Amino acid sequence: MDDSVIEVSHLRKTYGDTQAVRDLSLQVHRGEIFGLLGRNGAGKTTTVEIIGGLRRPDSGQVTVLGLDPIRDGARLREQVGLQLQDSQLQPRITVREALDLYASFYPEPADPTALMAELGLTAKAGTRFDRLSGGQRQRLSVALALVGRPQVAILDELTTGLDPHARREAWDLVRQVRASGVTILLVTHLMEEAERLCDRIAVIADGTVVATGTPAELAASARTGRILSFVPDGPVPDGLLDAIPGVQAISLLEGRLVLRGANQMVQDVLVALAGAGLHADDLRLEAPNLEDAFLELTRTEKEVAA
Amino acid sequence: MTAQHPIAHPSTGRRRLAPAPRPLLALIRVEARLFLRDPGTWFFTLVFPALLLTTLGLFMPWADDPYDATDPVLGTITAITGYTPIVLSLAVATVALTGYPATMAGYRQRGVLRRLSATPVAPSRLLAAQVVVNVLALLVAGGLAIGVATVVLDVSAPAQPVTVLLAFVLAAFAAFGLGSLVAAVAPTTGAATGVGMTLYFVSLFFAGVWFPLPLMPEPVQQIATYVPLGAATQAMTAGWAGQPFPTQTLVVLAAWSLVTVPLAGRLFRWS
Ligand SMILES: Nc1ncnc2c1ncn2[C@@H]1O[C@H](COP(=O)(O)OP(=O)(O)OP(=O)(O)O)[C@@H](O)[C@H]1O
Ligand SMILES: [Mg+2]
Repeated sequence: MDDSVIEVSHLRKTYGDTQAVRDLSLQVHRGEIFGLLGRNGAGKTTTVEIIGGLRRPDSGQVTVLGLDPIRDGARLREQVGLQLQDSQLQPRITVREALDLYASFYPEPADPTALMAELGLTAKAGTRFDRLSGGQRQRLSVALALVGRPQVAILDELTTGLDPHARREAWDLVRQVRASGVTILLVTHLMEEAERLCDRIAVIADGTVVATGTPAELAASARTGRILSFVPDGPVPDGLLDAIPGVQAISLLEGRLVLRGANQMVQDVLVALAGAGLHADDLRLEAPNLEDAFLELTRTEKEVAA
Repeated sequence: MTAQHPIAHPSTGRRRLAPAPRPLLALIRVEARLFLRDPGTWFFTLVFPALLLTTLGLFMPWADDPYDATDPVLGTITAITGYTPIVLSLAVATVALTGYPATMAGYRQRGVLRRLSATPVAPSRLLAAQVVVNVLALLVAGGLAIGVATVVLDVSAPAQPVTVLLAFVLAAFAAFGLGSLVAAVAPTTGAATGVGMTLYFVSLFFAGVWFPLPLMPEPVQQIATYVPLGAATQAMTAGWAGQPFPTQTLVVLAAWSLVTVPLAGRLFRWS
């Protein structure tokens, strides 16, 4: 048996005349944290909700733990925990009641008390859902996704609405859950989250996967090269820097010269400046990161033309 | 990580901590608690019918007059006895047309039902739990009203208790069917409350809560025969006072149930 836990191939889903997902394929391996990254409306929620058996695909193949999400829905739901992007609970239900209730739905649930402690909800155990803060609701929603001790957890925007501390705690929790053998499919907008948490990422644009790889691989694939910026201590003569091989673009931003180009331009630029009797103050050299890669991969045609 | 982790999945061989109650029972228990957590809901559903009956019985000068002096049978019961079936209709209408549809529509609007469809327990179980809790509430409200009526108000016992019970059960079916239809199609809590309340006040009118039916003009009495809670009041009154068996109104109630329940089942949206 190969170690694919989620397998999606040529998935399609249309709402009226909106093509939400078109020809999307991906594979998630056992025990990994797999990120789905994409802009608003890219089709991430549609994809994960099809995987979780909540929506019906128009066409394509989906297999989760060897099960068909629609045909084997009942068995699938015992082994897959879902955190939905926007769903609420009964307004007057308390945190404790919600966790106990959901625990009763599964054959071998986690201990609600331990789970509350894990997610920092113990002090809110007796608080009604409609009196929880946004971040507390989010944590409860994560807890409910995990209370059945699933083999696969699908988290749609896990950390939206969480403060920076809570976000880090949520990341720690996800790592721990993964370490206990759970496979995690994570939808996110946050580059930092994807970079720190995910073993592999699929970037989705316009309903299809445009790149897959580790965060480092994706970052390295960005064509942006290097970004060199500095404040010259005098006027730079016309044409001095344009002629240097490897320099692709020069712009002036609030007194700073910003040069984009290949890595080897750096040495030549500094030599040319020295030759003109100039110094480069506050020099910065930046490598492209996942965010650059993401922006590049998900740019719309209009933005490319601009 | 080790198997000690609370979320470790079942393959790590952790045994269950406590025997989990069956999901439907757990849902019923939670929904019952939520019902009781809202003072407005339980006051109007559980207490108000009995309170209304007591107030009228103790303070209205007409309470001990004959219910309808012009009718040979209805003239034999007191007005407050005649008002008891009306209060039972009120209890049915309150449960089935106000709380229940608004709650269900709210659950749909907020995604509570959708969230459940991501678990092994189907959202229809939550609907079932809501119906159970509301039926229990109805039994408490009805029991309380009848208890108060017999202990405090000297209301005479029904001449044909079985007929009254049959009418009450059929009325509950018809009203829950109507409420379910509202719950099935109302997109929001607001819509469900609006439609439910309209049906509620119309029902109260025909059930005789404002004016007992014998006091109303003949055409209104005729229409009331076909309105679920109007038919309910008439059937229960017939059983209480010992009129001939109310076949027509019971058939009307059964017909309402047979139309609304399957229709609601067909139209119900889970998300
Ligand atoms: N139930 C629906 N009915 C009609 N259109 C829908 C529905 N759900 C999603 N869409 C459309 O499908 C597209 C993809 O939506 P989806 O929710 O999958 O995006 P997403 O990547 O999760 O976005 P976000 O980051 O904003 O959550 C959008 O254009 C959206 O308007
Ligand atoms: Mg989404």
